[in-house]
Amino acid sequence: MDLSYTAEEEDFRARLREWLGKALPALPPKPSPDDWPGRRVYDLGWQRTLYDAGYAYVHWDADPTTRLIFLEETERAGAPYVGANFVGLLHAGPTIAAEGTDAQRARWLEPILRGEEVWCQGFSEPDAGSDLAALRTRAWRDGDDYVVSGSKIWTSHAEVADWCELLVRTDPTAAKHRGITWLAMPMDAPGITVRPLRTLAGSAEFAEVFLDEVRVPVAHRVGAENDGWRVTMVTLSFERGTAFVGEVVACRRVLGELAREARANGRWDDPVLRRGLALLEAEFRALWRLTQWNVSEASAGGVPGVGGSVFKLRYSHARQELYDAAADVLGDAALDLDRPWVLDRLSSLSYTIAAGTSQIQRDIVAERILGLPKGR
Amino acid sequence: MRFRLTDDQRALRQGVRDLLARRFDRDALRAAVERPALDRALWRELGAAGFFALRLPETEGGVGLGLPEAVLAFEEAGRALLPGPLVATHLAAGRVPGAAEGETVVTTVDAGGLVEWLAAADVVDERGGEGGAAGGNGDAAGAVALRSVDPLTPLHRVPRRSRRTASEPVAVLLTAAEQLGTATRACELAVQHARAREQFGQPIGAFQAVKHLCAELLVRVEVARAAVYAAAVTADPADVAAARLLADEAAVRGARDCLQVYGGMGFTWEADVHLLLKRAWVRTRRAGGGTESEELLARELLSGAGR
Repeated sequence: MDLSYTAEEEDFRARLREWLGKALPALPPKPSPDDWPGRRVYDLGWQRTLYDAGYAYVHWDADPTTRLIFLEETERAGAPYVGANFVGLLHAGPTIAAEGTDAQRARWLEPILRGEEVWCQGFSEPDAGSDLAALRTRAWRDGDDYVVSGSKIWTSHAEVADWCELLVRTDPTAAKHRGITWLAMPMDAPGITVRPLRTLAGSAEFAEVFLDEVRVPVAHRVGAENDGWRVTMVTLSFERGTAFVGEVVACRRVLGELAREARANGRWDDPVLRRGLALLEAEFRALWRLTQWNVSEASAGGVPGVGGSVFKLRYSHARQELYDAAADVLGDAALDLDRPWVLDRLSSLSYTIAAGTSQIQRDIVAERILGLPKGR
Repeated sequence: MRFRLTDDQRALRQGVRDLLARRFDRDALRAAVERPALDRALWRELGAAGFFALRLPETEGGVGLGLPEAVLAFEEAGRALLPGPLVATHLAAGRVPGAAEGETVVTTVDAGGLVEWLAAADVVDERGGEGGAAGGNGDAAGAVALRSVDPLTPLHRVPRRSRRTASEPVAVLLTAAEQLGTATRACELAVQHARAREQFGQPIGAFQAVKHLCAELLVRVEVARAAVYAAAVTADPADVAAARLLADEAAVRGARDCLQVYGGMGFTWEADVHLLLKRAWVRTRRAGGGTESEELLARELLSGAGR
C-alpha cells in the first residue's frame, strides 16, 4: 500500500500547476448560470485551451492516476468545470472510442477533444427512469435512415448541443434489453423540439426532448442494431469511475469554509454541530482515500468496476449531509437564496437520484458484489 | 501511487487468517464464550508467528514490518473475534519482557479507567505504548470488576482516574483495524444468512428490504477499509481519528444490521451476531471513545491543515 506518487506523477502535477497558474487568469469572465449560449462558448473555450496545452486527452487515454491528479489540481486551482463537455467527454466520447468504427471515431472524437461540438444524452424517458431498458422511443428503418419518434427527459445542455447520444427501440418484439440501439442524432435535424425543464433549484438545468419522425442516418449507429444496451453499459461504467474526484476535493474545501463560518458566527461552540462537522470530515477523508483505492485498482485492472457503486452510494448521501450541515451553520440565513451553499443544498438533492438512484445502486452492490439473488 | 495490497501483504493477511482458522475457529470461539479464559498456548503461538513483534526491528528480534502489516493482522483478529488484550500486548512488545514472544500478557488502563482482562494479564502497562519503562501492577490498584456486557472481554474499572490528554494513535488505529475485521465478519454472516434462509418461497436476500441492508453493510465496510488502510500508511493522527470513527460505525451498525437480517435467530445466544456487537461496543469505549477523535478532527478542520 503506497499513497506516494511517482516522480513522473509529481512532475505531471507540478507542470499542470504551473500551467494553471498562467492559464486561469487569462480566462474570460464566467457567464451567468442562465445564459446557456454563453455557457456553451465558455465551456468549449476552456476545452480548447486544454486541447492546445496538450491536456485534452486526460479523460480518455491517461492512466487513472494521472486523471486523478488532473481532476484534483484543476479543482484546487478553481479551473472551470467540464460543463457542457460532460456528455461528450465522459459518456458519448468514451462509448464511440470503445465501440465505434474507425470512421465514427475520426468524425466525432476530435471535435469533442478540441471543444468544437457539444453532446447531450437521450437515455431516460418519462416512463423509463430506473428501468431504463423499458424505453419506448421507436426507430424504424427507412432506406439509409432510421426514423425516430418518442420523447426523452432529464437531458442536460439539449438547447445548445450539436449531437445527442440516443437510445431507441428498434425491435419491440425482443426482450426489453435486446431491442435497443445506440444512435448519434444531430440536434439540428427536423422534428426535434426541446422544452426546458425547471428544477426545484429554480434553474433550467435539464430539458425534455420530443422527437417527431426525426431522420438519423444508419451510418450514425454505434454498435450493431439491437446491441445498444451493451454499448450503453460501457458508457455507464465510465460514469461510475473517477467522475466525482473534483467534487470530493470541492466538498473538503467547503467543509473547511463551514468550520470557519461557524467559528465566526459562534455556532462552533455547539458541540453537536462541531462534532457533526468532524464526522463529515472523517467521511470525506475516507471518500478521498476510497477514490485513491478505486483509482489504484483501476490502474491495475483496466475499466472501473462496481466499486464505483459503493463510492456513489456513500458520496451522494455525504454530499447531502454536508449541505444540511451548512444549513445548521447558517441558521436562518439557510433560507436566503443569495447566501452561499443554499443553492448547493438544493442541487445536492439530485445526487441520490441521478445516474442510478441509491436504491438501484444498492441492488447493484448486493447482486453483483455480494452475489445475492436477483429480485425486487 | 499504488494504494492496494502488495503480494506480500496479501500473503501476510492470508497467513494470519489461516492460523486463526486453525487455532480459533467458530467452535473455539463458542467454547471460549462458555469458559472465558485466555488461551496461553494460542497466545504463545501468536507470539511465535510474530503477531506481537510485527513492528519491532529485526535487530531487536522483531519481524521488522510496519503499521500497514500490523493493521492487516489486527483486522484478521477482529474478524475472528480473537479475545484478549491484543493491542496492549502488541504495543508493549520490546518494552515489557516476554510481550513480543506472547509469554507475557499485557493489559493497560484505558483513558476512561477501564481495564480489559485484568485478572488474566501478567502486567498492567502504565504507559499504554507511549514509550518509557514498563509499568507495574500498581496502576490498576483499587480496580473493581464489572459484569461485562461482552462475555469475552472481562472488564475492571479503576476509580477516580484522571484522564490523559490524548491517546496513542497506534492503539487507536489497531482498534479500528479490529473493528474493520468485525464489520467484515458481520457483512459475511448477513450475506450467508440472506442467501440460505428462505421465507415466502425464496431466499430472503432476494427481497430488496433485506438486500439493501446487506449492501449498506458492505458500503460501510469498504469506506472504513479505505480510511483504516490510508491511516496505516500515513500514521497521521487526524487520519487515524477518521479511520476510528468510520470503523466504529461500520462494526456497530454492521452488527446491528446483521442481527436484523438474522431475524429471531439473531436475538439468540446461540447465534454469533451478539458476540460481534458486544465486542464492537467494548472497542468503541477505548481511548476516550469517539468524542476524543471527533474533537481532534474538529480542531484539524478549523486549522485547515492537511488540505
